[in-house]
Amino acid sequence: MTLKLGVPSKGRLMEKTFDWFGASGIELARTGSDREYAAAVDGIDGIELVLLSAGEIPRELAAGRIHLGVTGSDLVREKLGAWQEKVVELAPMGFGHADLIIAVPKCWVDVTTLDDLDAVAAAFRARHGFRLRIATKYHRLIRDHLRDHGVADYQLVDSQGATEGTVKNETAEAVADITSTGETLRANHLKILSGGPVHKSQATLFKSRKADWSDADRATLNLLCRKLAIHD
Amino acid sequence: MRPMTDKARIRTEAARFLQFFQDRGACVVEADILQPAETLLDLYGEDIRARAFVTHDPDFGEAMMRPDFTVPVVQMHMAVGAEPARYAYMGEVFRAQEEATHRASEYFQVGYEVFDRAAPIEADAEVFALLKEVLEPLNLRAATGDMGLLLAAVRGLATTDRRKAALLRHVWRPRRFRALLDRFAGRAPLPEGREAMLAMKTPLAAGITHIGLRSPAEIAERINALHEDAAAPPISQQEVELLDDLLGLRETTENVLEHLRDIAVDMPAIADAVDRLEMRAEALTKHGVDVGTLDFEGSYGRTSMEYYDGFVFGFYAENRPDLPPVATGGRYDALTRVLGNQNGERRDIPAVGGVIRPELTLELTGEAAQ
Repeated sequence: MTLKLGVPSKGRLMEKTFDWFGASGIELARTGSDREYAAAVDGIDGIELVLLSAGEIPRELAAGRIHLGVTGSDLVREKLGAWQEKVVELAPMGFGHADLIIAVPKCWVDVTTLDDLDAVAAAFRARHGFRLRIATKYHRLIRDHLRDHGVADYQLVDSQGATEGTVKNETAEAVADITSTGETLRANHLKILSGGPVHKSQATLFKSRKADWSDADRATLNLLCRKLAIHD
Repeated sequence: MRPMTDKARIRTEAARFLQFFQDRGACVVEADILQPAETLLDLYGEDIRARAFVTHDPDFGEAMMRPDFTVPVVQMHMAVGAEPARYAYMGEVFRAQEEATHRASEYFQVGYEVFDRAAPIEADAEVFALLKEVLEPLNLRAATGDMGLLLAAVRGLATTDRRKAALLRHVWRPRRFRALLDRFAGRAPLPEGREAMLAMKTPLAAGITHIGLRSPAEIAERINALHEDAAAPPISQQEVELLDDLLGLRETTENVLEHLRDIAVDMPAIADAVDRLEMRAEALTKHGVDVGTLDFEGSYGRTSMEYYDGFVFGFYAENRPDLPPVATGGRYDALTRVLGNQNGERRDIPAVGGVIRPELTLELTGEAAQ
């Protein structure tokens, strides 16, 4: 039996993940041709590397098909209901930082907080006959956040890309998306609501509660955690 | 998931209740399992997505597996019903469990609904007494409340209509209601950025590109409203305390009436609602309910279902605090008003009803037998 570690299969997230493990003497590397999704682990025995899309890693962890996985903390919270029952956060990895925020048109000079947004949503619905639209792909996180803050009379409309453009196109009145610098938001005449982000995301090493953990797997995890200087 | 034999027993138990309601004159109705999502979303807001199973039909569009019978029964009544009407129904309802509550995601409900505009108070008492009668062998504790009191109290506050509308809109979200009340009473600071905006002479003239469907006129309108609000005096300490008294009530129905008469001296706006409570107590007595021991809670019904706006009640197994209420119900004229207005017509349909969860009555009966 080997312990399966799921890591993002491409791009900066993959490279940074390899660097992060490498700093602790665990060498992760892709093998074979550029296009082949195969990988190897050096510096520790009993771990098999599985290359996956970062967006699928939460699901694989929850299904117990991988023991460990690297993905954004936002993706785990968005994709898994009752995520604490399914996975454990072993270590924040210090990269892939992004804030999930709610933004409204900069011209809404009367709106600064969620409190304002709620009041505007009520007036908007009365005026236009439908619920104020917020474009996002983070449905669960945004819905929970708005419910916790008592915001009503809004609707979430799905937007899988170019979300910042939806307000100008009048397919949404506000947006909820991840941002690192806020550059795209400003360029699209949007401003971030005050009160802090909905979630501060970063790449995180997760452990599955649902995977089969053999004694050998547990021993491997122990060793891995010691090398990484983290607690499991 | 439950064993199939259990499900058959639950269905039999549900049928027993349904028969009881039918014997008392209810017309038995059915409802589709798939309900148009848009209607439910417009009623309950986006939160319903977290509680209902959402599915998609290529033709029909987005659909939800019925989270309750209320909406389809009201719609059926509006389409074909003649008043007064009494309906009974049974079947599964479906509730997604987003959080780790470990509660069932599908379970049976048996319900009884009365649409009778001529005698609403009598209808309140009838529904409660009928559920109480059929649940009698289980020795449940009944809790009651009346959302009409709180709504009347808010409508009667000596403050602006805008503030009252904001409070009424959040009556069913206690935390948000409290935050608004504290602000309107001057006990909490203004939201961030408000003072700065109010201090600006011409907030709109700053040469910002306008985008989006919300027009400059709408923005200007709200800025005016915020200026008016800032100039309005705070809701008085005395009024806030009376509201707190009202929300904190926990007494028997008989005793609470006396207490409410005292509150009504300083808060005359609730006098009519108190009269209705008294008439309802009399109607309940006529139906054989002992109001000397019937619990009344001032805050009851604020979190169970949005749109309960009058008499509300629930039946609880006192020795099983782990179980949800065995039966719940109430008056929901606010919901039928919204549904009735959806097609541009204005229709008020006074409605009161209650539902029983037969798998819980079965579980409690089993315990009693042991």
